[in-house]
Amino acid sequence: MPLLEIKNLKMDFGAGAAALRAVDGVSLTIGAGETVCLVGESGCGKSVTALSVAQLVPSPPAHYVGGEILLNGRDTIKMSRAELQQIRGGVVSYVFQDPGASLNPVFRIGSQIMESLKLHRPEKAQDAEVIRLLKLVGIPAPESRLRNYPFEMSGGMQQRVMIAMALASEPRLLVADEPTTALDVTIQAQILDLLRELKQRLGMAILLITHNLGIVGDMADRVAVMYAGQIVELAPARELLLRPLHPYTRALIQSVPKLAGGARRLSAIPGNVPRIGHFPPGCRFAPRCPIARPACAEKIPELIEVEPGRWVRCPFGS
Amino acid sequence: MWPFLFKRLLHLIPLLLGVSLLTFLLMALSPGDYYTALSQNPQISPETLAHLKARFHLGEPWYVQYFYWLKNILHGDFGYSMAYKIPASSLIFERLGNTFLLSFSALILAWGVAIPLGIWAAVKKDSWADRACSLVAFVGLSVPDVLLSLLALWFAAATGWFPVGGAQSPIYDLLSPAQQFWDRAHHLLLPALVLAAADMAGIMRQTRSNLLDTLRAEYVTAARARGLGEGWVIYRHALRNAINPLLTIFGYSLAALLSGAFIVENIMAWPGLGRLTLEAFFAKDSYLVVDSVVLATALLVAGNFIADLLLAWSDPRIRLK
Repeated sequence: MPLLEIKNLKMDFGAGAAALRAVDGVSLTIGAGETVCLVGESGCGKSVTALSVAQLVPSPPAHYVGGEILLNGRDTIKMSRAELQQIRGGVVSYVFQDPGASLNPVFRIGSQIMESLKLHRPEKAQDAEVIRLLKLVGIPAPESRLRNYPFEMSGGMQQRVMIAMALASEPRLLVADEPTTALDVTIQAQILDLLRELKQRLGMAILLITHNLGIVGDMADRVAVMYAGQIVELAPARELLLRPLHPYTRALIQSVPKLAGGARRLSAIPGNVPRIGHFPPGCRFAPRCPIARPACAEKIPELIEVEPGRWVRCPFGS
Repeated sequence: MWPFLFKRLLHLIPLLLGVSLLTFLLMALSPGDYYTALSQNPQISPETLAHLKARFHLGEPWYVQYFYWLKNILHGDFGYSMAYKIPASSLIFERLGNTFLLSFSALILAWGVAIPLGIWAAVKKDSWADRACSLVAFVGLSVPDVLLSLLALWFAAATGWFPVGGAQSPIYDLLSPAQQFWDRAHHLLLPALVLAAADMAGIMRQTRSNLLDTLRAEYVTAARARGLGEGWVIYRHALRNAINPLLTIFGYSLAALLSGAFIVENIMAWPGLGRLTLEAFFAKDSYLVVDSVVLATALLVAGNFIADLLLAWSDPRIRLK
């Protein structure tokens, strides 16, 4: 049994006639100890999918209209509030994009970490354990940091504190939602190194949300590319980067600047990401696709396994 | 902290000087004064007049009077009330007690009711409870103090359930301590309610909108994502941050209650500082007027000062500066 199995997840914002489909039939599995990247532009539904794992999207407006999210074999959509509080921070922990906004500004970091410990591992709720966690995420002189407020730390240090807090409960799955987007490039590399090292040391699985393909090659075992609420390509990371099959994936890779690329013009993807509620009929990427054919605008292509472990939602991609 | 305190106290000096100077000037510019009124009264002997003139520098230019007043204040002497024929300080401190009683009762009432209602409205956003609170707050904000005071007076007179005006019964001194307490509370209730009403509405709306803001903050989502219970998330993580803007309002609220008390005191005949000031102004009792105005200013500044201290205590980010 995989650690996390999302099956044909469909989620709307709003209900009835005003409902807007944000996630449309997403299926994804993550095995124990595996790192999966979820890639896509802003608004493609990747964060909403990730937050759905622990039912963190406020409902309303969120409505789950189909599918299951099996965490350790149990559907989180059907869980009671008490059960959700058990798995949140227990089985699955989250690290968010902006550590400065994700730490409560008026509490000392030691007490915020302690809060998680008291909840999920009360037998270990002591300063010594908080210090051990801070040391684990590479915060120098952790003893003196306990009584710091978040605003007294740099962004990189704040994100390390967030990670320490996420690790407090020894989760099986860490969901990192663009954990480095708000940080300087040099700090980004440090945080990613830390995540990779922690994963090896603690054996937890990571679901990494990013719009940065540069991170994917470094971190991921497998990659899912999302576009307009759907997964358009799912493949092992190396293969996807070396030989992308979906035209959207290809376009994404070509739009990444390369240091050694000389003065080549970056190829931007023409057009805009369709807004939720205004998805085109047929293939959602068709209006921006360089190889689109008339048939593409009629029917949404199926996500098909073209090679073992390689899934593509485009009949012409390969 | 201490340098900050000291700096604020230093700021107070020029402020109080300016306010007292302006008050003296305005009193001097307004037609008529106490000395003129006395000197035209045939029942007052010229000897008495001369004595008063020598003792209180009456009939001299206002700036001369001002410097004598200032000199006396520095020696702890608040001057003399011409109208009451007693030292101004004893009058003022007696009335100040009444104003404090009224203002703080109103303050406790307003905040004690508004904060829980505001939290309730925010947590149950868009429910009938939220809408009902909004409606009541809207009415509370729209009706001016003056009208509300008059309505309360009419209510007291029509039903006879509450005394019309005053802070205690004529027979107060004959009552037992328990009866004295109830007598005071009975007189206090209506004015305090009127004074609290407008504030209550504002604070409630502010609490609601602050809490709604912090409930949308990322650290609240992050707290939920750690498995914290909804009650803990709201009352510890969100509310703790929603308080900060309210503390600033608390300072204004302290100050506004003292000036708001001015209107309510005068209409509802509450023997407080506001009413004393107005009476003294009509009687041209200049020392009493200046004393009360300066004191009210000092209280206003103190209100803001207390708010600053509370804010520094509540928000670690402010402590640093």
